[in-house]
Amino acid sequence: MFNDFINQFWPSTIDGLSFGAIYALIALGYTMVYGVLRLINFAHSEVFMIGTFGAMFVPFAIGVDSALTGLALVGMIVLMILAGMLASAGTAVALERIAYRPLRKRGASRLAALISAIGASIFLQELFALVVIPNVFDRPERGRIQMGLPQFMERTELFSIAGHPVRADQVLVIVAALGMMVVLDRLVNRTKIGRGIRATAQNPEAAVLMGVDIDKIIRMTFLLGGAMAGVASALYLISYENTNYYIGFLFGIKAFTAAVLGGIGNLRGALVGGVVLGLVENYGAIFFGSDWKHVISFTILVLVLMFRPTGILGESLQQARA
Amino acid sequence: MRPKTARLGGVLAAGVALSLALAACGGDDTGTKTEGGSTGAAAKSVKIGFMGDLTGKDAGIVIPPRNGAKLAIDEYNKTNPAVKIEFVEYDTQGDPSKAVGLAQQAIKDDKIVALVGPAFSGESAQVAPVLEEAKIPSVSASATNVKLAENGWKFWHRVLPNDGVQGPGIADFIVDGAAAKNVFVIDDKSEYGKPLADAVRAQLKTKGATVTDDSLDPTESDFSSVVNKVAAAKPEAVFFGGYYSAGGNLLKQLRDKGVTAKFVSGDGSLDNGLIEGAGAQNAEGALVGCPCYIATPDVTDAKVKGFADAYRAAYKAEPAIYASEGYDAATVFIEALKAGKTAAEDINQFISTVDFAGVSKQVKFQPNGEVEAKDIYIYQVKGGKITLLGKAAEAKLG
Repeated sequence: MFNDFINQFWPSTIDGLSFGAIYALIALGYTMVYGVLRLINFAHSEVFMIGTFGAMFVPFAIGVDSALTGLALVGMIVLMILAGMLASAGTAVALERIAYRPLRKRGASRLAALISAIGASIFLQELFALVVIPNVFDRPERGRIQMGLPQFMERTELFSIAGHPVRADQVLVIVAALGMMVVLDRLVNRTKIGRGIRATAQNPEAAVLMGVDIDKIIRMTFLLGGAMAGVASALYLISYENTNYYIGFLFGIKAFTAAVLGGIGNLRGALVGGVVLGLVENYGAIFFGSDWKHVISFTILVLVLMFRPTGILGESLQQARA
Repeated sequence: MRPKTARLGGVLAAGVALSLALAACGGDDTGTKTEGGSTGAAAKSVKIGFMGDLTGKDAGIVIPPRNGAKLAIDEYNKTNPAVKIEFVEYDTQGDPSKAVGLAQQAIKDDKIVALVGPAFSGESAQVAPVLEEAKIPSVSASATNVKLAENGWKFWHRVLPNDGVQGPGIADFIVDGAAAKNVFVIDDKSEYGKPLADAVRAQLKTKGATVTDDSLDPTESDFSSVVNKVAAAKPEAVFFGGYYSAGGNLLKQLRDKGVTAKFVSGDGSLDNGLIEGAGAQNAEGALVGCPCYIATPDVTDAKVKGFADAYRAAYKAEPAIYASEGYDAATVFIEALKAGKTAAEDINQFISTVDFAGVSKQVKFQPNGEVEAKDIYIYQVKGGKITLLGKAAEAKLG
């Protein structure tokens, strides 16, 4: 068994990191919304799902069916990421406008918002299965069947670690995800909008008194969280080349777990939580078999929360750091 | 208070309008369905149901048998028989709990006299006791779990051999036909995938092959931990017991990680969805065993060819997995009607004596509901299409 661990250590690490990076990007959406509104946006999983279809639309509309190289490949990746961001951010903002704001304006309880989120989530899934996939993607009667993306990025080996190949798409996922997180971290900590977000997270009443437009800040929070999920969805699609209408469910749960693990409300915590979750899942599977993957990750979550109830890094978006 | 009520009224009005629109759609639907039965006002008709995953994620292997069954019934209705058949569809989306509710609806509201299905093993295990109690005969065209036949059910049948035949048949082929001695066996922990994979494991071991195990969660899309294990074990063949939606992803991720071992799977993966999920280039050469017989374009047998042509004409598609079994399952009930049996119990009585040459095989049932014929076929993906390689006992890789 220990021998297995040594044999599979490097490939598991690389997979764990690239999947962890995707979890982390999605977790940012949960964490930011929670930080500002104290609300778990359970429809965020569908924001990711719609992002994958947004990104899928680019190669679908252009009609790519073979490998691309050079500038065409870079252009395609950038376009897919932009399309994913657009679709996801648009969905997130629309969700805020339709499913949350009317409730917030009437001072409804958080429970009402939670139910509204679950309803929105089911609505969006069925909308895609019944309307969008059959019509937009020209798959009548196959709306619920997984949709594949023709491979346009060759599985080139970039370099190898201890004899285990590392592919270009895996490196792309890790690097792009880290890059986006640095950008977001800068945005929240250095800009005026970021200051508004932090102020609202700390004390919404005081923020209003100081002249912060709370509706605008909340919209921005959903927009940024959605955009990050959009990047995650495009990266996932490029690497795994398939999607379906229920893909958000498991990713949503995992990313939410990552957010809690790292400390919900904490941006850097999302990164730590995502990477830890990705690695633990893959390492655990070596020892206990892949069917124990979820058991291991949730056991770790429970253990961490027992000793650090606020997660690995604690809740920091609302703590005074400005 | 007043504006609130006004708004509530608006919501209600919208709701009513919506449900009316939905009801209209629903009405349309049944209109087309019952067309066959209600043309001759005086003609008697009975209802025969079809139950399975028609819109869920594994619908690809249920729509062909539905089409096959419908084809048989349409052909029968065209002959202007004394008793026509009304074909009623029940879409379970592969969810056993949904299937039970639909079965009750079929028995109490629709009063069906017989059922083709349920398609999958999981839903069959839940629905069969309900049908048993109501004394409604069923013939499944695709449920292959061994245990289904061990419950002493009198009204349940299936028109294809079970996984106890399929698993060893595929294992024999892996060792003899594909010459692989080191095999990695993966299952999806489902009511279908696990027993099938276990049957393959047991037979591989008795044939002296080295077997390594793992399972995966089919609702996930990342199987990297399984793939890393396979890569470390360096097998000559990988067997996957599960449905094509996970199978396609698994095959793709195996090839992406440079695993070139032969990919073998069971009937649940016999669908173009496997090729779509894996990508044509990754799926090339993949092998799929099945207790089913698919009418490929090159068949010569007149009966099979006639069926394939009629299917193509009706659905503008090649007859795919279980299409011929679906046709045969419906034919069982048609034979009963032709013999003048219109009550559920009489039909069931008749099924125990049925013996006719179907499209897929000679159809004759054992007392436990299993079909007599026991052939397993191996299919291979060639040029992005599923082609027949031969019977499992005889097929060889070139």
